[in-house]
Amino acid sequence: MSENNNEMIERYRGNFLREVEDNVEEGEWVKMCMQCGVCSGSCPLGPHWDFGPQTLFMMIRAGKRDEVLAAEGPWMCTSCYNCIVRCPRELPITHIMHGLAHYAVRMGLAPKNQPTRKFSDLFWKNLKADGRVNELRLGISLYFMHGFVDGIKTALKKAPLGLGMVRTKRMNPMEFFGGHKVRDRKGFHRMLEKAEEIESARIEKGPRPGAE
Amino acid sequence: MAKERKIGAYICRGCGIGQALDADRLEEVAAREGRANLVRQHDFLCAPEGVETIRADLASGEVSDVVVCACSGRAMTSTFRFDGVAVARANLREGVVWSRARKGESSALADAGSSDSSERGEIPAKTGETTGEAEVSSSERETMQEMADDHIRMACTEIRFMTPPSPSLEQTLNRTILVVGGGISGMTAALESARAGYSVTIVEKSATLGGFAARLWKRIPDRSPCEAPVDPGIATLVSEVSVHERITVETSSKISRTSGSPGKFKVTIERCDPASGDDGSTGSRTETFGAIIQATGFTPFDPSHIPELGYAASGDVVTSSELEALALAAKGEALVRPSDAKPIKSVLFVQCAGQRSSKPGHLSYCSGYCCAASIKQAMYFQDADPSIETVVLYSDMRTPGSGGEDFYRSGQSRGIVFTKGETSAISAAGEGGGARVRYRDLILDEEVERDFDLVVLATGMVANAGVDSEANDTKTDEPDTNASAPAAIEIPVESILNLTYRQGPDLPHLAHGFADSHFICFPYETRRTGIYAAGPVRRPMDIAQAREDATGSAMKAIQAIENAGRGRAAHPRSGDLSFPKVRYDGCTQCKRCTVECPFGAIDEDEKRYPLFNESRCRRCGTCMGACPVRVISFENYSIDTVGQQIKSVEIPDETENKPRILVLACENDAWPALDMAARLRRSWSVFARVIPIRCLGSVNTIWVTDALNAGYDGVMLMGCKSGENYQCHFVKGSEMAQYRMTKIDDTLEQLGLEKERVITHEVAITDIERAPRLINEMERTIARIGPSPLKF
Amino acid sequence: MPKRQYSFYPGCSSQKGASASNYLTSVEAMCDELDVELNEIPDWNCCSASIGYCGGGELPRLALSARNIALSEEHNRGQDIVATCAACWLATRETKERLEEDDDLMRETNQALAEAGLVLENTTRIRHMVEVLIEDIGYEEMGRHVKKPLEGMKIAGYVGCQTNRPFGIEGESFENPMYLDKLTETLGAESVKDYDRKVSCCGGALAFSEPEKSQALIKEIIEAAYDGGADMIVTPCPVCQMNVEIYQDEINAKYGTRFDMPVAYYSTLMAVAYGKTPKQAGLDGHVIRAKKLEKIAGKG
Repeated sequence: MSENNNEMIERYRGNFLREVEDNVEEGEWVKMCMQCGVCSGSCPLGPHWDFGPQTLFMMIRAGKRDEVLAAEGPWMCTSCYNCIVRCPRELPITHIMHGLAHYAVRMGLAPKNQPTRKFSDLFWKNLKADGRVNELRLGISLYFMHGFVDGIKTALKKAPLGLGMVRTKRMNPMEFFGGHKVRDRKGFHRMLEKAEEIESARIEKGPRPGAE
Repeated sequence: MAKERKIGAYICRGCGIGQALDADRLEEVAAREGRANLVRQHDFLCAPEGVETIRADLASGEVSDVVVCACSGRAMTSTFRFDGVAVARANLREGVVWSRARKGESSALADAGSSDSSERGEIPAKTGETTGEAEVSSSERETMQEMADDHIRMACTEIRFMTPPSPSLEQTLNRTILVVGGGISGMTAALESARAGYSVTIVEKSATLGGFAARLWKRIPDRSPCEAPVDPGIATLVSEVSVHERITVETSSKISRTSGSPGKFKVTIERCDPASGDDGSTGSRTETFGAIIQATGFTPFDPSHIPELGYAASGDVVTSSELEALALAAKGEALVRPSDAKPIKSVLFVQCAGQRSSKPGHLSYCSGYCCAASIKQAMYFQDADPSIETVVLYSDMRTPGSGGEDFYRSGQSRGIVFTKGETSAISAAGEGGGARVRYRDLILDEEVERDFDLVVLATGMVANAGVDSEANDTKTDEPDTNASAPAAIEIPVESILNLTYRQGPDLPHLAHGFADSHFICFPYETRRTGIYAAGPVRRPMDIAQAREDATGSAMKAIQAIENAGRGRAAHPRSGDLSFPKVRYDGCTQCKRCTVECPFGAIDEDEKRYPLFNESRCRRCGTCMGACPVRVISFENYSIDTVGQQIKSVEIPDETENKPRILVLACENDAWPALDMAARLRRSWSVFARVIPIRCLGSVNTIWVTDALNAGYDGVMLMGCKSGENYQCHFVKGSEMAQYRMTKIDDTLEQLGLEKERVITHEVAITDIERAPRLINEMERTIARIGPSPLKF
Repeated sequence: MPKRQYSFYPGCSSQKGASASNYLTSVEAMCDELDVELNEIPDWNCCSASIGYCGGGELPRLALSARNIALSEEHNRGQDIVATCAACWLATRETKERLEEDDDLMRETNQALAEAGLVLENTTRIRHMVEVLIEDIGYEEMGRHVKKPLEGMKIAGYVGCQTNRPFGIEGESFENPMYLDKLTETLGAESVKDYDRKVSCCGGALAFSEPEKSQALIKEIIEAAYDGGADMIVTPCPVCQMNVEIYQDEINAKYGTRFDMPVAYYSTLMAVAYGKTPKQAGLDGHVIRAKKLEKIAGKG
């Protein structure tokens, strides 16, 4: 990943805005921000992040690559879409946040112990394995994401909650051993691999010809 | 006046008047006290039969002057207008019946009102809450009837002191327009006027037409899609102007003298050849014009006296107008650094340079066009080479106009970087050339210092409005606390129009050196009738706005010409034929009228008597209010038409506990506000007697002292807002009244009266709830301080 | 054959034994009453629920939903896709629109789909179950089926985020959508007027990763429902339902509150009003029992 990172630094030579435009989901919108701040003001996690969308966009324009890619802000997106519907410039802010988070991981610069990063990673792995999310396995892995001891504590703390869910048949312990899966897992995996391959190639080889 | 006058009073019983009031008693008041020769009652006076009754009486000669005792004088104006006949209105509907509708009154009253309103499209009354309530008490009915009786007395008195205004013999029709300034505003105004059939002469100081716009490489787009700079279009405009058969162009020319008034401005145009020495005059001629449009534009702000902008420190710091000159010279080729002709790789545009700041030497206002101008100029660089870094450092991006936002977005999508920040210092970057800029990034909250190949200062507009004749009267904005600070920007002031008016050689300014015009109601109307300001001389604006402004001013100039030809007033009393008449044998030459006229309409003759210029007059009556010896009057509005109304009101004995409050309400704002309040059935004190006046400026203090001497318990003046954000339709009228009223305290003291008995309020047309409340407050004040001791 | 046929995308949370399994139960009961048939997309996969972005890039995530649409186009041809889960609906509809606008992405997506032997035509309409109810069936008809009006109940309509933004329901505002209020009133209940957390965020997936921050949000949502005098909360979103319902004990422990607020799906309310059994209505799936609703459902 860091090799990838060095290559990008070399390729864009300080023009981080262009780098974002070329490689981040919906990144070409960043320059259209008019800095009104409605997005940051509308974010439910506003009190918690280091940088909100407005500031991140300005930082991108100011070339603050390391700070942007190491920021907690994008990881605090709950995907509530409040920023999107309120943005007077109609920027797809939610997607840019997801895109920045993904790109930060790709560049090896995302915050290491960010809980949402871990959850997001687990979620993706979970769905990628079987094509459908296995909530129990996702939950169990989640308890252990901070390490074994923490995991036991969390699992104990959540026990009443889990029992309630089991009692109401909304969490099936049997699922841990089997559960739901896509039947055509082979095709499913090949499809995802291909998509990943196309996307990685695009990033490694630079933007698509003709794409601005 | 030689003709015998026969007054006919017509009492309408419609709209609830007949139910609420004793019409027979009103008839008796009109006949006995109002001395009307004929009194008639009618169920629905504004209906064709009602109006026909009046016409028949006029035709038979039984009646010569008409008193309509019905609705407010603001309602049914055309219905009750009879050519050449004086008409007075007794306001029984809004002034008495509708403004008395309280809980406890019969529903018939309100119902009648609502059925009327449904026919006329007026606001219907709330009727629900009055249904089934007890009848109005007999004492309430009596005070309301007394109020109505007084309105009849007032109107019958007014008519006896009125004559129908007739056109004077002064009128001249001159369908030529002088346009001063040959820039985009002037040329647009000239073309619009010429296309409407009027002859135009353009006087332009410089040797060529085009003005500021001719020095632009491109201009801000104002037509969809508003994505890229467009050709200024000056060449086309110049050729259209040059070939138009009704347009004469005088370049290298100035105005050395302007006298006269709308319809007959005498203007001396002086040709000056700048090459032939200091004075340069190469002859002059005098011509007569019907109206004048002043489109003298602006001068770009000179930032050289503001050290932090670095204009003097580096050759690579230029103003936006200088950058245009460079771009124009380059004709689309890549621009180079002014200091060393090296290629430019980075440009910073500093917005609000020397503007929007209260710092000494800065312009305090926003010039409105600079944000879009910087976007346009950044595109010059982007279009030549997208790798050039273009940064706009702004505090607020303001891109007015329909396409402004699109143009801003277009700039963003092309890669212009917009940074919100505040510049603290610009200096030379050192040996390598360029400029070093220190600024605070307001989003990232950090200090930044970096070098740019070129820095462009987005400087503002300084109006070319000539001499501010009132500069000595009004205080300057800058407080005189910082003596060491550089003085306020010195604008080289040379008169543009050289008016021979007593009040000064140019259009009066309002603030910041722009020509004063009524921003809300009549933007093109300056304070010199028949002279219209168009373009950035009036307020900062871009080309699109200037063209619209120029078109508007052309329409106004044409209107002024046609009005002058018919002896009619311009806004706001448009069409009014009345005109100040002076009894010169009583004049003491005190000059108050000549000084106070908001429109500079009054000069002095060789014997130093006031010389009224009819077509310059707006008929506000400020001169009448100013005159200490009361020798100025209008045929239909005079010291007597109002003063005698005041005296006609019956003042009850102090033991009756029925105070009288005189309300002098401005006809432009306060009176309509009260009318609307009445339509919404808001009530005000039954003891108030409201008399509409043209403007607070027309209030002569004799009215106030007469009222107090007659035993009124209180006097209220209701006029428009004054000051820099004035709302007064006559600009200075309410200010003058306020000033005069500061002196009324002495009078009150002499009469042994409390100060609270006279009060002045600023009332806006929207003060529908507040205006009645103010009157009610006055009633409470009177209750507190007791009846006037001057009753007898 | 039932009157209305749709291609159904139930989503992971609606699977047997999963967190919103009772949502599916109640939807089935509701559809049965309204003569609607849901034809499940064969072998559908997860949509990534706006959270898989750490590992999943743009194209892989688009491919997920594209696969579902392609499967629907192959097996349930001509039928609108209907999702009950807000995230499923949003991800699928977003994919459809993104691919419509971007030819390069469309081409690349089809390249990936080809690996699974699928082709995306992208001509299918993607809808939420609520859209079907409001647009295809209408309040009037929904009201006609009511057998046990939810009389005496006051319900706070919690719309949440993803059923409301960025697409929302046609004709409703983002800041104050009224459809849940209209629906509860159609069923004979009273709605909480001016429920001021109606479109607030519950934390979504971050309820797992940022429990404290999310629970602070959830607390506000429940508190506002109590302030409005609600007996229960109704929602169209499985994540909203779960987050607002199951953390109440933890919130009570942390903030000293005494929350005991049932949170139901609109489909549960409808199934009860339509006279279905408590089990058919999914009432047995409540961690916090909806007693008033159970009482209505239990009436003979």
